[in-house]
Amino acid sequence: MSENNVLIEVKDLYKVFGPTPEKVLPQVREGISKDQLFRETGHTIGLKNINMEIREGEVFVIMGLSGSGKSTLIRHFNRLIEPTSGSLLIEGTDVLSLNAKTLQEFRRRHVSMVFQHFGLMPHMSVLDNVCFGLKAQGVDKNDREARGRQWLRDVGLEGYDTQYPVQLSGGQQQRVGLARALCTDAPVLLMDEAFSALDPLIRSQMQDQMIELQEKLHKTIVFITHDLDEALRIGDRIAILKDGEVVQIGTPREILLEPADDYVESFVQDVNRARALTVETVMKPARDRITATTIGAALEYMKKASVDFAFVESKEGYIGSVLKEELEEAVAADAKVSDPLVPEYISSEASVEESAPIESILTEALQSPHPLPVVDDTGNLEGVISRNKLAQLFQAPDEEKPDRA
Amino acid sequence: MSVWNEFPALSRETLVEMRKSLDNAYRGFTREYGESIEAFFDPLLQFLIAFEKLLLSTPWWIVLAVIVGLTFAATRSRKLSVGVLVSLIVIGLLGMWEDTMSTLSIITVSTLVAIALGVPVGIAMATSNRFQSFATPVLDVMQTMPAFVYLIPVVMLLGIGKVPGLIAVVIYAIPPVIRLTNLGIRLVDREVLEAADAYGVTRWQRLFQVQLPLAMPNIMAGINQTIMMALAMVVIASMIGVAGLGQQVLRSINNQYFALGLLNGSAIVLLAIVFDRVSQAYAKRSQAHLRGPGSE
Ligand SMILES: Nc1ncnc2c1ncn2[C@@H]1O[C@H](COP(=O)(O)OP(=O)(O)O)[C@@H](O)[C@H]1O
Ligand SMILES: [Mg+2]
Repeated sequence: MSENNVLIEVKDLYKVFGPTPEKVLPQVREGISKDQLFRETGHTIGLKNINMEIREGEVFVIMGLSGSGKSTLIRHFNRLIEPTSGSLLIEGTDVLSLNAKTLQEFRRRHVSMVFQHFGLMPHMSVLDNVCFGLKAQGVDKNDREARGRQWLRDVGLEGYDTQYPVQLSGGQQQRVGLARALCTDAPVLLMDEAFSALDPLIRSQMQDQMIELQEKLHKTIVFITHDLDEALRIGDRIAILKDGEVVQIGTPREILLEPADDYVESFVQDVNRARALTVETVMKPARDRITATTIGAALEYMKKASVDFAFVESKEGYIGSVLKEELEEAVAADAKVSDPLVPEYISSEASVEESAPIESILTEALQSPHPLPVVDDTGNLEGVISRNKLAQLFQAPDEEKPDRA
Repeated sequence: MSVWNEFPALSRETLVEMRKSLDNAYRGFTREYGESIEAFFDPLLQFLIAFEKLLLSTPWWIVLAVIVGLTFAATRSRKLSVGVLVSLIVIGLLGMWEDTMSTLSIITVSTLVAIALGVPVGIAMATSNRFQSFATPVLDVMQTMPAFVYLIPVVMLLGIGKVPGLIAVVIYAIPPVIRLTNLGIRLVDREVLEAADAYGVTRWQRLFQVQLPLAMPNIMAGINQTIMMALAMVVIASMIGVAGLGQQVLRSINNQYFALGLLNGSAIVLLAIVFDRVSQAYAKRSQAHLRGPGSE
């Protein structure tokens, strides 16, 4: 992910609501609080000193409580809201310099948007809704309807063309909203609490569908949510917003394990970390890796390193682990130290995948006397996950703090 | 006499002087521009005459068939179409066919004029808060000022006839369509408008593809009220020379013809009911998909 280009760049963005925002901007820059500014001048701070870079192809989540400025921020990306000051580059275009005509063109081709309450046209059929953006682009009727039908199929609404939005359930309506957004082929997709209005079950289906689509489409997605679980689930990186300011930007792991301040910490306290984190985010590098092919060589290594087990690898990748005790027993019986390290001596069942959620490996890891080996999808040993490490993960953040500093 | 017993009005001379100068100023304006204003309204007059002539010179059964056909096309309701047919036959049997056609023509034309002027004004009000705060009191005055008062300058300017009658009807009947167009557009869901903007529509596309269609239920309600108010105005309009049912009512008042008054009055009511039901049924049918299933 990190090698990708920066696609969206927000610099020093401020937004103040009120009759004369420019006049109070200096006070805002000096750090007057939201409440104080409102009491003294009647202006509301919408956004304050926002700086962020969003990379091509990533799902960038903006998270915060209600009123923290999420909707205000995302509406700057297609200039539904004008900033009070600052700059905004998308794909190298200085969005704030666009005039009415070029802004229209920019909105038609470069960004599309999905809304919290769907924002569908109630007087248009489902197909016309999906084709709305293409119609604005001036695509002719046959062409746009063919493309619209294709997208309806892709979101699982084939055959709903002639229905009207009121006839659909919330989840179906938001699929129409999603199809409408994807239909324009814009590289940037803005989603303002797109799934927040849906029932939990439907919401998680929509999240799955979005993750699945994103694997094919590689859009740059700016996703707004007030739900940390949702943010952790779909975000490559997460920005946390509080009272119009960014308090932390980081990967789900960084947000969970290295909260920048008490505010973020109080947020992440209640998260089910076992579900939110994957194995790779907490594994440690594997030591005790051997490429020995005989019992003797393996025993020798373990004696030297004074460990009672080791991971065996070959050129093709990870094979399994061997126990010193087992090998010694074998030698005591009838094996010779020069015998090859055949599969009977190697246990290979207890490895876990790096993309698995911690939750799914928890029992296994706690039952195993040794650290569990973690393998990637090509079968190479990537690291280990130990009981100690897991225990740390579930410690209350406060107790964890001293180590972090 | 004490100031405390009687209100200290300005002197009689002053008041007469004031009224005279206002009257003279307006008369001067009338002399100066009367003719060009009349010329300006001439196309409207020609249209009014042509439309009335069409209704009157076409054989009655064709007119009847067309009206009933339009009703059915607009509402898809057999019951309503039969109702319209029966109403018109009763009116014809009672000898009021021609007057009804005259009234129908002035109502139709004034409604069309009211829509043609009212909808754009309503759009302007919805677009500009400043224009709205200017237009609202004007509309209030139009709706509360007794109709007779603005008949006077209209008659002074244009004399007695169809066009002044039409103008009076339009002034009286236009406020609802303006107000409800404004309201309808302002009530369009903000997120829907944001969605339209987010996909890069032009202002015209937004107006014609999103705002007006979604404001349509309110605009239709406004048009319906406008028609009702226009019908309520036909008696007053007949005082300044508009032919039709209203004139018969006026004649009955002057001569105390109770039965004639009742019949013509009833015909006006019947027309009102027909217009009301047909326009409402059409509105409901054309917006069925804006409501959820099972909300019939
Ligand atoms: N048009 C507006 N006028 C005045 N204040 C506004 C306006 N829009 C948003 N705000 C204020 O800006 C803040 C952020 O709002 P918003 O972006 O909607 O928050 P969120 O989407 O995170 O719930 C809130 O305090 C809100 O009251
Ligand atoms: Mg919001």
